[in-house]
Amino acid sequence: MNLATLSAGYLRARPLQTALSLGLLALGVGVIAAALIVVAQLEATMGRDARGIDLVVGAKGSPMQLILSGIYQLDAPTGNIPLADAMALKKSPMVRKAMPLAMGDSWRGFRIVGAGREYLDHYGAELKAGKYYEQPMEAVLGAEAASRSGAQVGSRFTGAHGLGAEGEEHAAPYTVVGILSPTHSVLDRLVLTPIESVWAVHEHGEKHEAGKAGADDDREVTVLLVQYASPLAAATLPRAINAKSGLQAASPAFETARLFRIVGAGIEALRAFALVLIAAAGASVFIALYSALEERRYDLAIMRALGATPGRLFALLVLEGLVLAALGTAAGLLLGHLFAGALGLWMEAAQQPPVSARHFEAGELWLAAGALLVGVLAAIPPAWRAYRTDVSRTLAAG
Amino acid sequence: MPREIIAAGLEQRYGSSVVLRVPEWRVAAGERWLVVGSSGSGKTTLLHLLAGLLTPSAGALSVLGADLRSLAGRTLDRWRSRNVGIVLQALHLVGHLSVRANVRLAQYLAGLPQDDAAIDSALASLGVADKAERLPRELSQGEQQRVAIARAVVNGPALLLADEPTASLDDESAVRAADLLIEEARRRQATLVVGTHDARLKSRFEKTLVLRK
Ligand SMILES: Nc1ncnc2c1ncn2[C@@H]1O[C@H](COP(=O)(O)OP(=O)(O)OP(=O)(O)O)[C@@H](O)[C@H]1O
Ligand SMILES: [Mg+2]
Repeated sequence: MNLATLSAGYLRARPLQTALSLGLLALGVGVIAAALIVVAQLEATMGRDARGIDLVVGAKGSPMQLILSGIYQLDAPTGNIPLADAMALKKSPMVRKAMPLAMGDSWRGFRIVGAGREYLDHYGAELKAGKYYEQPMEAVLGAEAASRSGAQVGSRFTGAHGLGAEGEEHAAPYTVVGILSPTHSVLDRLVLTPIESVWAVHEHGEKHEAGKAGADDDREVTVLLVQYASPLAAATLPRAINAKSGLQAASPAFETARLFRIVGAGIEALRAFALVLIAAAGASVFIALYSALEERRYDLAIMRALGATPGRLFALLVLEGLVLAALGTAAGLLLGHLFAGALGLWMEAAQQPPVSARHFEAGELWLAAGALLVGVLAAIPPAWRAYRTDVSRTLAAG
Repeated sequence: MPREIIAAGLEQRYGSSVVLRVPEWRVAAGERWLVVGSSGSGKTTLLHLLAGLLTPSAGALSVLGADLRSLAGRTLDRWRSRNVGIVLQALHLVGHLSVRANVRLAQYLAGLPQDDAAIDSALASLGVADKAERLPRELSQGEQQRVAIARAVVNGPALLLADEPTASLDDESAVRAADLLIEEARRRQATLVVGTHDARLKSRFEKTLVLRK
């Protein structure tokens, strides 16, 4: 027997009150923990995907949409731009690296992206099987696209028009020639092919629909990912591009910051709600302990009569608050990781960036410390009343 | 060390009203006393003074050789836990603890080793050894009282106090409860002081202190 078994025994004797306090605390902690875990992973993923890309050039439209589609392959593209414009930019002395991408088709929900080898190298791609593509209509699969589709080197497939899963199928088949190792970047969820494949597929389509042959000079790309030659370029290049009709330049750093401000507001609201839950849990711990004092006053008085010091009764009640808080926090952190895992499964099914339940954030420690503090603070007023128990009067009355 | 109780000019006041006055009282070690008096005469007050749960307003009180007015706080709590066993009318067993744990509580709070053999022997001498793992509410009133006595004596106190131990019992049980207390006190060579207004107990005690309002 010690204070811990005494407080645990008491909490067990009041399962409903205990469960209510635990449940509220676990929910509050769980929601905040999940937000921490998910946001940190998304920020890390988005940071990785945008690393080394200073500017995205594409058709006019929403700059955020341009970033989301051009870098993260999430949103629909804003449109296409002439290949000639992209090539002109590539030659600019202000540009170190320029990677044109052409997209518009997908296979089983994975986007087919026409890109040069430099796009794969940018994300440190390494082959797990097969070889890199050399000819049009050869394809290399990102790790996740390969594992989830089950495709092997040598598999053939046809792309569907559009980026959803339901697009109309093109006639020309691709052949898988290589599969990449995981890069933990956007590449994992892509089907990569020479940019010429995309042109070929669409020239074919346009010929079919409009009876018009594509010539070299009306070839198009969807976006151009640009790395500056020097930081000075930031001052002039975007403005020069935006001045051109039909072109738009968007900064990933700026747009992702903006995105996280927007998402952040939602997260803030969620976090505020969770804080309310934690405060309610604190109130419930307080009420549970305080309201029970009346019923427990003989127990506390008899403990004093048996030799317990007032300090020990104080410690007993604080410990009860702490035990509640510790159990609630542990359950909450577990719940947070389960929430994150569930969201991760859903995002994986929707071919969104990966979110894992096994990610741990330093913020969770702060969260746990805060929740424990709430439990202890909530227990202090009842503990103080227990400390002040008038033994003689209580026992004389009973 | 004299194991007696000496009270001289002992007074307990609440505000301006004196609720207890004991001009002179001596209890030798091992004596068994009945403290009688009508309701409000101060029986409970006297027992609480003896246990160090109350500090006297005036006068001298020495219990088992300890000057209770000079003890306070932690020292007093520790002294009480090791020297005084208390049985109350409302037995105040802790409801969510088993019989054994209720008795162990006295050992734990006294800072003594938690000794199952001592617990079992205390329960056995009171005839409730087979109830050790039960919860108090699963016991009859009489059994609960035996457990309360076991809890009071498990640490081997030199002074056993009981406040109205028989108030809610029928004649037979009342006498039996008194006998149990007397037997335990005799076995452990403890001084016994029982406060009651129960006339049925008079014949069992050799000494009586009468309190008047
Ligand atoms: N904390 C207190 N404050 C004020 N008065 C008190 C307090 N405790 C006891 N008293 C008063 O002291 C007097 C003696 O009380 P006590 O409980 O000692 O009597 P008693 O002889 O045990 O009575 P009973 O037979 O009813 O148990 C009573 O008048 C009671 O109202
Ligand atoms: Mg009384």
